[in-house]
Amino acid sequence: MRLKLLEQKIFRILMIGASCLVLGVLLMIVYALLRRGLPALSWEMITTVPGGGFYLGKEGGLLNAIVGSLMIMAGATILSLALSVPVVMFLNLYLDKTSRLAYLVRLSFDVLLGVPSIVYGAFGFMVMVFLGLRASLTGGMIVVSLLIFPIMARAMDEVAAMFPKEMKEATLSLGATKFEMVRVVLRQIAPGIATACLLSVGRAIGDAAAVLFTAGYTDSIPTSPGQPAATLPLAIFFQLSSPVPQVQDRAYAAALILTIIVLVLSVLSRWFAHKYQKNKVS
Amino acid sequence: MNRTSVRVFLSRAAGGYMFLATMLALMLLLVIASGLFVKAYPILKQSSLWSLLTGAVWAPIRGFFGFLPFISGTLWVTGIAIVLALPVSLLTGIYLSEYAPSSVRKIAFSALDILSGIPPVVYGAWGVLVVVPFIAEWVAPYFVEYSSGYSVLSAGIVLGIMIIPLLVSLFGEVFSTVPKEIRDSALSLGATSWQTTKKVVLKSSLPGIFAATVLAISRALGETIAVLMVCGNVVQIPASLLDAGYPLPALIANNYGEMASLPGYEAALMLAALILLGIVIVFNTLSRILLLRIGRKYALQP
Repeated sequence: MRLKLLEQKIFRILMIGASCLVLGVLLMIVYALLRRGLPALSWEMITTVPGGGFYLGKEGGLLNAIVGSLMIMAGATILSLALSVPVVMFLNLYLDKTSRLAYLVRLSFDVLLGVPSIVYGAFGFMVMVFLGLRASLTGGMIVVSLLIFPIMARAMDEVAAMFPKEMKEATLSLGATKFEMVRVVLRQIAPGIATACLLSVGRAIGDAAAVLFTAGYTDSIPTSPGQPAATLPLAIFFQLSSPVPQVQDRAYAAALILTIIVLVLSVLSRWFAHKYQKNKVS
Repeated sequence: MNRTSVRVFLSRAAGGYMFLATMLALMLLLVIASGLFVKAYPILKQSSLWSLLTGAVWAPIRGFFGFLPFISGTLWVTGIAIVLALPVSLLTGIYLSEYAPSSVRKIAFSALDILSGIPPVVYGAWGVLVVVPFIAEWVAPYFVEYSSGYSVLSAGIVLGIMIIPLLVSLFGEVFSTVPKEIRDSALSLGATSWQTTKKVVLKSSLPGIFAATVLAISRALGETIAVLMVCGNVVQIPASLLDAGYPLPALIANNYGEMASLPGYEAALMLAALILLGIVIVFNTLSRILLLRIGRKYALQP
């Protein structure tokens, strides 16, 4: 009798300890980032491109990487939407819940979701070499869109699957064609689509491996799709390998910027999801 | 053509486009795999897959491509990460889904969300800033004469932290499929809450825990940039926790830009990507099918 209560107590302590450890690790990461990155963070960092001698610790900022990252994300989101919206609509409106094909497609999303971004990057670079493209904004967009496609499609699929069957039937009974029904459904799940976009961008904007070979790196803001584009994760990675302490400090400042962007995206997506929950028709 | 037939035509066309897009999405995996295979073929023709996987000599200039150092590096790093992350995530997962009051749960899930949102490269930067010096100054001196801290242990620690949020959220899902009635009946028979957790919840979710772990392993295998930044990148078979390693993804990331000049090098790197892809596909398919089955098994019960 005593023993089983003792066991219970020990495991309770262990469980609380483990939870505290997870929380503690997060605090440690945040603290280390703030302590090293905050002093180097300045207005100049986010409003100017690297000047002469930037990589020796002289003046300049990371606007090139911030803008490059945002441009790639915007392009990738549009490309990925163009593929995932039709697929999700097809899965949910044209196929039955028990359809073999739908099961197979969903399973393939799950597997694609697990494919490492370095594999996407290597594959993307291979295709680009094959097509004679150089590392560029376009290349980065295409590879990142491959990377976010499964994330986006799965998130959207979950929202679309919850769409009330009665509403679909009501649409059809009013004489709408299936395509017109798609438009009704799309309008209803628009906030869900926005959430899916934010979610996938939040994951992809911090990924370095996919853009490592495909987007290149440059000190200026790209003005055409064929030019290489700098990205924040690579800015962190390259600056961290510099021996100059000021440059390393800037890497941590860039890490701080990137983390803030990701957190803002995550809060936004949660806010959209919450709003959607409130307005849901059912 | 009247209005109705335009509408019907539009619907058909849209349906066709959607079907095409779906097929394209389904083919994506196949296209990636076959693309990598075609590029890796030259090296597979030269020597057998087995001799490549078990060869310990990596000397591209002389034409030796032995993947054993990289495979063992990957196994070391992933192994350490799982060994560190599994107990912590399991305990946290049980606590959050079975015991924690809702206020604690809220805080913990926000913390896990933030942890899962932090980009890999930031984890890498943190590893360089904190974990590597910690290993070099506090851990290594007790065991070896000198270590720079850039080791499979550092990489394992960073990677372990990175997969904790995934593991905890998967475990939470798995535990939530266990019906409440079973728990209640165990409790009503006089079991303590921990006995209920151990003998009912944990026991019935064993397949789910296994599937979740496999999924986390496959995620950990492919992590590139964070591991690359702290693992040391020395081509050797690590003999201890404090040795530097060189996992497969790091091999691809470090060398892919400049490989074209050496014969066989590109093929070797593509083979590395193909090996990664193959392992990940097998692991993912396995665990997803298992997880789906578990979800369905309980969903069917009234």
